Amino acid sequence: MDAEALERALRRMAHEIIERNGGTADLVLVGLQTGGVFLAERLALLLADIDGGDVPCGSLDVAMHRDDIGLRPVLVQAPTTISGDLTGRTVVLVDDVLYTGRTVRAALDAVCDFGRPRAVQLAVMVDRGHRELPIRADYVGKNLPTRRDEMVDVSDRGVVLGITA
Amino acid sequence: MSGRIAEPAGDGRRHLLSIGDLGGEGIREILRLADSFAEVNTRAIPKVPALRGRTVASLFFEDSTRTRLSFETAAKRLSADTATFSAGSSSLSKGESLRDTAQTVTAMGVDCVVVRHRSAGVAVQLSRWLDAAVINAGDGRHEHPTQALLDCYTIRQRLGDIAGRHVAIVGDIAHSRVARSLVAALQLLDGGVTLVAPATLLPPAVDGWGVGVSSRIDDVLPRADVVYLLRLQRERQERALLPSLREFHERFGLSAERARSLADHAIVMHPGPMNRGVEIGSEVPEMACTTISEQVANGVSVRMAVLFWLLGAQPGIASTPDVEAAPAAEQAPAAEVAGG
Repeated sequence: MDAEALERALRRMAHEIIERNGGTADLVLVGLQTGGVFLAERLALLLADIDGGDVPCGSLDVAMHRDDIGLRPVLVQAPTTISGDLTGRTVVLVDDVLYTGRTVRAALDAVCDFGRPRAVQLAVMVDRGHRELPIRADYVGKNLPTRRDEMVDVSDRGVVLGITA
Repeated sequence: MSGRIAEPAGDGRRHLLSIGDLGGEGIREILRLADSFAEVNTRAIPKVPALRGRTVASLFFEDSTRTRLSFETAAKRLSADTATFSAGSSSLSKGESLRDTAQTVTAMGVDCVVVRHRSAGVAVQLSRWLDAAVINAGDGRHEHPTQALLDCYTIRQRLGDIAGRHVAIVGDIAHSRVARSLVAALQLLDGGVTLVAPATLLPPAVDGWGVGVSSRIDDVLPRADVVYLLRLQRERQERALLPSLREFHERFGLSAERARSLADHAIVMHPGPMNRGVEIGSEVPEMACTTISEQVANGVSVRMAVLFWLLGAQPGIASTPDVEAAPAAEQAPAAEVAGG
């Protein structure tokens, strides 16, 4: 998946978000640190472009909410920037890759500390399978069947599938 | 103490016993961590589950209000359980030894002990005895590392980088563990220090500290970026070290007039509790240059960072890896570089 295909997928997801929510009113995009942040920013631009309204966009670091804290290194330098109360808003969590679902579970926990959203939806660029929790995405860029020993890298240059050392 | 705190002690546990243990890099890492906890403290619900299931016990053999409350608040905002022990209401008054008291506490399955004691070295001793992380919350005249960390955090917040800044520490240096820790931290961060005190309130070995010393506050104030006032510890003045409190205030106290003469960017700090009209003029705490309540607020964020640093990661796992550069494959069987 190259940069162009990534852009097309994002544009389609933006249209789906608008279709599903009947516009962009009350929408808040929240990119998950670190891989989801640039995607959320791109989606916010596309939504504004398509629908005309300004969509707030924040970032969320879920390190403190993970269930495997202590089992893996924790990256805490990535800032959380969510402005204002999320109560009554529709929050779209944005991440690069949906895998076990544990990051999203942590994000659901964390988001609730900022208020009570009316609804929370999930947008991911790649769904690579291997879920360990009952979590699914509302908007998917690409379904990519993978093995557990493979590694998916999403950047603004596109999506790359590799094998871990 | 030598060695960095990042290297677990012999028993695989980390401790925070003195500023020297941390080194400059360790201090910077804790200050960076504190930034993310400061953000947590601004949330509608300022609480994260990072230390759920861990227990932090406070062992305060000496009176304290703010340090104990600050540690307890920090632990609770990380979802840790807390247990408190204070000397007045304990078996200590029934003649139990320090070691027995401490072992009783850890037999209850405590992960971290925050200890304050009137004798220097108690925290180090406990770290040898106990199977728990030990945080020194003040030992005699020796050290009070978390106070120095929150002071550095406050200076950094107001003035940016500490390197090249000049800090005047004024008052009762001899009895102050705060001064010892702060001088060590500022030197590790390349800040300059001048101690201002009457000769009777300087520690005997001050020549070896590598700092400037002066007995004339008005000579030092014009070039100070930070004026750090220490509480005159009246309860520790066992000998007559001062002619009178009034004379001390006139010669070494920061009056409103002196505060107004400082550089525009300069800040006035005090670790509290303060004696208004002794080391600090009665109206100075309300002036815009003072950071006293910021220091208290920052204390919670910094202590959250310290607790998380000691307890949040298992021994051997650094808390600031570059996950992008080094895939998580070594730690977890499944590669989660691209998120879960």
